[in-house]
Amino acid sequence: MDAVIENLPRYLEGFAMTLQLLLVSGVSALVLGTLIAAMRISPIASLRGFATVYTELVRNTPLTLVIFFCAIVLPYLGSRLPYEVAAMIALSIYTSPFVAEALRSGINGVPVGQAEAARSVGLGFGQTVGLIVLPQAFRMTIPPLINVFIALTKNTSVAGGFFVVELFAVGRELANANGDAVIAILLGVATLYLVITIPLGLIAGQLERKWVVQR
Amino acid sequence: MSAPAVLFDVPGPKARRLSLTLSIIAGTLIAAVLAWVIWTLAQPREAAGGLMLPGYFDASRWNIFTDPQVWQYIFVVGVWGTLRAALTASVLAIALGIVFSLLRSSAIAWVRVPTAVVLEFLRGMPVLLMMLFILLVLSTGAFWAVVAALTLYNGALIGEALRAGLAALPKGQREAGLSLGMRPLQSKMLVEFPQAFRQMLPIIVAQLVVLLKDTSLGYIVGYVELMRVTLNQLPSYYGNRYLFSFFVVALVLYLTMNLTLSWFARWVSRRTASKSSGERLDPDNPGQAMLLAQASAAGKQAEGGAAP
Repeated sequence: MDAVIENLPRYLEGFAMTLQLLLVSGVSALVLGTLIAAMRISPIASLRGFATVYTELVRNTPLTLVIFFCAIVLPYLGSRLPYEVAAMIALSIYTSPFVAEALRSGINGVPVGQAEAARSVGLGFGQTVGLIVLPQAFRMTIPPLINVFIALTKNTSVAGGFFVVELFAVGRELANANGDAVIAILLGVATLYLVITIPLGLIAGQLERKWVVQR
Repeated sequence: MSAPAVLFDVPGPKARRLSLTLSIIAGTLIAAVLAWVIWTLAQPREAAGGLMLPGYFDASRWNIFTDPQVWQYIFVVGVWGTLRAALTASVLAIALGIVFSLLRSSAIAWVRVPTAVVLEFLRGMPVLLMMLFILLVLSTGAFWAVVAALTLYNGALIGEALRAGLAALPKGQREAGLSLGMRPLQSKMLVEFPQAFRQMLPIIVAQLVVLLKDTSLGYIVGYVELMRVTLNQLPSYYGNRYLFSFFVVALVLYLTMNLTLSWFARWVSRRTASKSSGERLDPDNPGQAMLLAQASAAGKQAEGGAAP
């Protein structure tokens, strides 16, 4: 326990880096994912095809491989990115198809009858989408999106294996330095991850439960 | 909303021509960007000492792949290392998931509540941290650290899925079992569990795809699998000039394995969807499908009154 308290500043440093990775790649994954989702439902066939192939390929590539590419292969090809930025790029790319799928499944979750009803009372495309479909799709996408962010939180730990000093890397370093208190140190790291993931998980479950019953 | 045609009138000849034109333009742009990337990679480049290095598609960067020994090493040590860990962890994770789901849906609160806490704890932790923990605290060696962490994490998820499957079954199933004179455990194992397992099979297989992908985390804790072999051992033996080529090979091998398993997951999902009446769970999105399953299970329980 002493080892944890002594190294509290290091923990917080790592935690701040984890939060930074989470926020930056979360926001950029959201943007990228929205673009991909828009491409997937667009009437332009080639964009649809591109988005489908992108989703399929990225989702079936291990995150470790994506980060390895950004952190180690890219510098070798001539990029000059710091490791933190490389990790953020990799995490955003890896997370974006999951965001796109969450958005798409939310829109697909709105019963067709809603759109049919809107059309039959004479609303146009913009009105149907803006007033009827999206408001209902929005709240259905929140729980899956939270789920995506929980996964992203856990995934930031992989960046710790590629020279980014975040929570996992700090934990590994401290565990190597204090061989007698490994359990306490790693449990400390676990607690900080759980502080993010468990509340998010509870919120997602609660919202989904509430809205499924309403449906 | 599977039919977007509901949202707007059927496009006329003008709109169709417009969308075709845009499609061709976008397609050309995408192809141009890809061509530019490939062209850039193919260009020879200047190294630090004014030395010219060949482009990335030059034969001198790929010639080691004519050596069958390289392939033999990649497959025997790399692919097999990955598959060995994934197979062992899959079998153990399903077994652990069954145990977890039974404990989690037990009638005794002293069993149910601690299990729920443990499951929540396991699901909220990064797998990588678990691997490190097992490696350092239990000093099991890298293989068992990878397998144990993947088993615990995916076992917890599969357990939660099966629990949701059990809870979503109609109450009549259990009542019928009990009224035939089965003991509660018998009814659970012989009547309810097979149905829940079948219902949740798509989620389980989809989770196994995640498991297979996650074996690559073994790279970070020093387990010798496909990534360690192709991106660390072989490039340091043959020289870093082959790093890009090895990366391409690793990517293709991973994609082959994962896509095959994903397609299998979809096939399983289609089969179970046509046989059972329940809603179809998305095989591509285990997390999402799980949320839905849990929520509908909770909904069923709220309607049915007392928990089983």
